[in-house]
Formats: sequence, C-alpha cells, structure tokens
Amino acid sequence: MKVTISVEHLSKVFQSQNDLEIHALHDLNLSVAENEFVCILGPSGCGKSTLLRIIAGLEKASSGSVFYNGREHTRPGKEIGMVFQSYSLMPWLNVLDNIALGLEFARIPKAERIAVAQEYLDMIGMSDFGKAFPHELSGGMQQRVAIARALANDPDVLLMDEPFGALDAYTRILMQKELLRIWEKHRKTILFVTHSVDEAVYLADRIILMSSHPGRIKEEFVVTIPRVRERSNPRYGELTAELLSLLEEG
Amino acid sequence: MHKKFLALIMPFIIPALLLIFWQYAAYQAQNVAVLPPVGRVLENFLHATDNFIGLGSIPRNIGVSLIRVLSGYTAGVLIAVPLGVLMGYSKTIQRLFETFISIFKPIPPLAWQPLALAIFGVSSIATVFNMPFGQQYVFWGNFKIAMIFMIGMGSFFPVIASVMFGVQNVRQTLIDSARVLGASEKDIFFKILIPAAAPNIINGLRMGLAIGWACLVGAEMLPGSLAGVGYLITHAYELARTDLVITGMICIGVVGALLDSIFRVIGNRYFSWESKTR
Ligand SMILES: Nc1ncnc2c1ncn2[C@@H]1O[C@H](COP(=O)(O)OP(=O)(O)O)[C@@H](O)[C@H]1O
Ligand SMILES: [Mg+2]
Repeated sequence: MKVTISVEHLSKVFQSQNDLEIHALHDLNLSVAENEFVCILGPSGCGKSTLLRIIAGLEKASSGSVFYNGREHTRPGKEIGMVFQSYSLMPWLNVLDNIALGLEFARIPKAERIAVAQEYLDMIGMSDFGKAFPHELSGGMQQRVAIARALANDPDVLLMDEPFGALDAYTRILMQKELLRIWEKHRKTILFVTHSVDEAVYLADRIILMSSHPGRIKEEFVVTIPRVRERSNPRYGELTAELLSLLEEG
Repeated sequence: MHKKFLALIMPFIIPALLLIFWQYAAYQAQNVAVLPPVGRVLENFLHATDNFIGLGSIPRNIGVSLIRVLSGYTAGVLIAVPLGVLMGYSKTIQRLFETFISIFKPIPPLAWQPLALAIFGVSSIATVFNMPFGQQYVFWGNFKIAMIFMIGMGSFFPVIASVMFGVQNVRQTLIDSARVLGASEKDIFFKILIPAAAPNIINGLRMGLAIGWACLVGAEMLPGSLAGVGYLITHAYELARTDLVITGMICIGVVGALLDSIFRVIGNRYFSWESKTR
C-alpha cells in the first residue's frame, strides 16, 4: 500500500493578539494511503482546518513535517487541491471561468479549458448555470461549483474542509453520494474534515477522531461497512453512537 | 404612471426651489454685482460661444480646464495606482512609504501653490516639450507644470489610499483558493488581487478625479494662466461680473457631475458583483 500523505510530529502554535500561545496542533502523526478516503472528525477549534491548511502548504508548521509521495511538502500546488468551507469562488468570474481557473493557471487554451469546465458543470448538475455569477447562486450551488473547480484541476489529493457545512440536509446527502461516486471513478486520495459524525460514518474508509487543546488524534476507526452504506444498517448505528459518546467526553 | 412621473421630477425639485429663491434674492438685492438675476446667467449659457471678457468662449474654457485636470490627474493616477497596489501587496513596501504618505496626505493641494510655483516656475507643457513659438506654443503654454502638479497632488492621495485598501482587503480565501489551484505569484497578482480590488480601485479613481477637478479654481489662480473656467471665475470677479462667476461655478459643477457619472456607470456595469457578494 502506497503512502500518499504522511504527517510527522506536526505541531502548530499560534501567537494570539494578547501574546497568548495557542497550541492548535501538538505532535500529530498521520498517514493517508493512495486512494484512501479519510475523514477527520472533531469539535470545532480542535485544529482540523489548521491541519488541512498545513498539509496544503498554505500554513507553515511550527515543527514537524508533511510529506507528499515521500517528498517534503511546503508550498501549495495543483497536486494537492482544497475545497474551503465557503465563499471561495472569484466573484468577478462566472461559473465556467471559476471552474476553469486552475486550467487557466496551467496555461491551457481558453476553448479547451471551457470544454473541460462544461463537463464538470454537467457533472454537478448545473449545466445551465455556466454564465451565472457566484452571487446569483445559492450557498449549496456555490459549494458545488467550488468542488467542480477543485476536480477540474485534476489534483492527486483532495483536501476538503467541511465542504458541506453550509448545505441543507437534503442537498448534503445528495452531495455525499455524488462525492463517493466521483472518488470511486477518478481514484483520488481524499482527506475530508467534518464535525458531523453521520457524514464521517457515511463517507470514510477511516475516521480520525481529534480532540482539542491542544489538537491531537484521540482515536482511529477503520470503517468496513460496505458501500453504499445504509443508515439503517445496525453497524452504522453502533459506530455513530460510539463516536458520539467519545466526542461528548471531549 | 403617477409614481413614475413623481420619480422623474423628484431630482429637479430642489434645483427649481433654489432658482426661485435666487431670483427672489436677486430682486431684493437690486445689484447685479452682488447677485444677478437668473436671466443674466442663463443668457451667458445661451451665448456660450461668445468671447467673454477677452477669455474666449465657455466651451473653450471648459476644454482648457479639462485638459489641465486630466493631465494632472493622469500623472497622479499613473503613480498612485501601481504604488498603491504594491503597498497593498507587500508589507515592506507599505512600511517604506507609509510615513511619507501620512504626512503629505493632510496638506491641502492649495497649500502647494507657492512651492509649486517656486519649483516649476512658469514652465509649461510647451516649454517641457520644447515647442517652437507659434499658435501651438501659446495654446500649450496654458498648461503650466505647477498647476498640473497641484491637481496631481489632489488626485494622488485618494487614489493611493483606496487602491491600497482594496488590495489589502482581498479575502484570504480567494488567494488561498488560487494558490491550491496552482497559481504563480504573478497569477495571484494579476488574476486575483487586481480584479478583486478593482471596485475599490475604480472608487479611488472616481474620488481622485472629483478632488482633482475641485482643485481647479485654486490651480488656475496661478500666474500665467489666461484661460480655463477657474481663471474665468477669478477674472470675472475682478471685473465685478458676478453673472460670469456664477456661470463658471455652474460649469464646474455640471462637468464634475458628468465626470463622476462616467465612473458610476463603469462601476455599475462591471462591478455590480461587489455590492452583491458577502
Ligand atoms: N491564524 C490564526 N491565528 C491565531 N489563532 C488561530 C489561527 N487559526 C486558528 N487559530 C486557533 O487555532 C485553533 C484551531 O483552529 P482551527 O484549525 O480553525 O479549528 P477547527 O477547524 O477544528 O475548528 C483555534 O483555537 C483557533 O482559534
Ligand atoms: Mg475549521
């Protein structure tokens, strides 16, 4: 089994305004295999976003390192894509141009990148919205576009920071299904942050449970329930209950 | 229909009241040097192409003023926009210039008059470009470097302030999103920071032009000016031609409003996303 992402002895200390030190992450170790779908679950403030941002290369570690395919990863690049929690679309670009943005950075000719963007637009079920601007879309649609934008760039690893947090329950379930379909089809390595236990149990090959102050890994669960997972499956319920009680402990 | 009509006349109510009040006050004053009746000023506009007090027609004076303001404004903008973008982009560059800017910003453009005169004297576009004597020389001799400098100073600070603000306040998520999509530093600069700051940049350009235009009368009080709406006002005042003073003021107001509306149209047309984005 090939290790795609490996996080070793990672710590992050933030200096707050009144000179207090915030230990966002403390000596965290984690490795993610190729094509694995890992969910990171934890209460808010436990350092999930910080971990993702450091893996993406958007934030520097205070100590420790992140390796991508065996090489130290310190700068953001197109191999490791990221979907943010909300409002990450360029408001002056229409939907198609937003989806094609990564291809534009890769200097792919306009006609070609718009064709690719249209493909991903169809995939998220928004074929007719290519010319719309982000402010004309609902939060859920914006988030779908952000996911399409990340996928159109064809990253090897996809980091997702509570991407469905702003969606209503119904859209959220649809998007989870869709994401699994894409993951199975395109074989990507996904690191998915959520604070929803149900979401983690539905999606993940493996769930990393974090606790806060300082942020660290509390426990790991390998989820072997066959997909498509039914919420009525007793093992689904058991795992959900166990995770919830662990979360309550803090 | 009734509502539409009301909406249509609404903007004209206050000006109409003002005209009535003016006419009444002029009647009370009974002295055209203090306040001429509305008709006298209106007549000036009806004969706009006449030669007024030896200074030429109204359109010509407006034209001269426009060229003056636009050259000063262009000079100010050409320095302010790139510098503002760089200051917004780099903390180091910001630090380098911020003291200079915060000290010079509060100085009103008019206060530069003596110094501008001392430094630039009566040099003009004509002398700078070494034009041969003749009609061209006389025309371009109207555009004194000292005036252009004052107007440029007036435009510079509002432009640089809002450009810098615009670039500094680009949402971090947008920059981060571009980075994880593989953007180079150059891409970030030209494809993210500048378009994201564009509404603020346009707003700065708009304020800069408004202030540059408002500096007109002050700049045209400098010696060596023989045309321009500002000069027309000053000279008409010396001749007790209050009707011409008011004519000039109306010209400045109307042209200023027109210039402003150009930017408003651009803003509404291309940057409507800004007010609608959270
Ligand atoms: N830029 C920052 N400056 C200071 N403190 C920060 C910064 N980013 C995050 N933190 C702090 O680090 C901790 C972890 O934050 P975060 O990673 O956003 O948590 P999560 O995503 O799990 O909610 C929090 O206590 C937060 O206040
Ligand atoms: Mg977070």
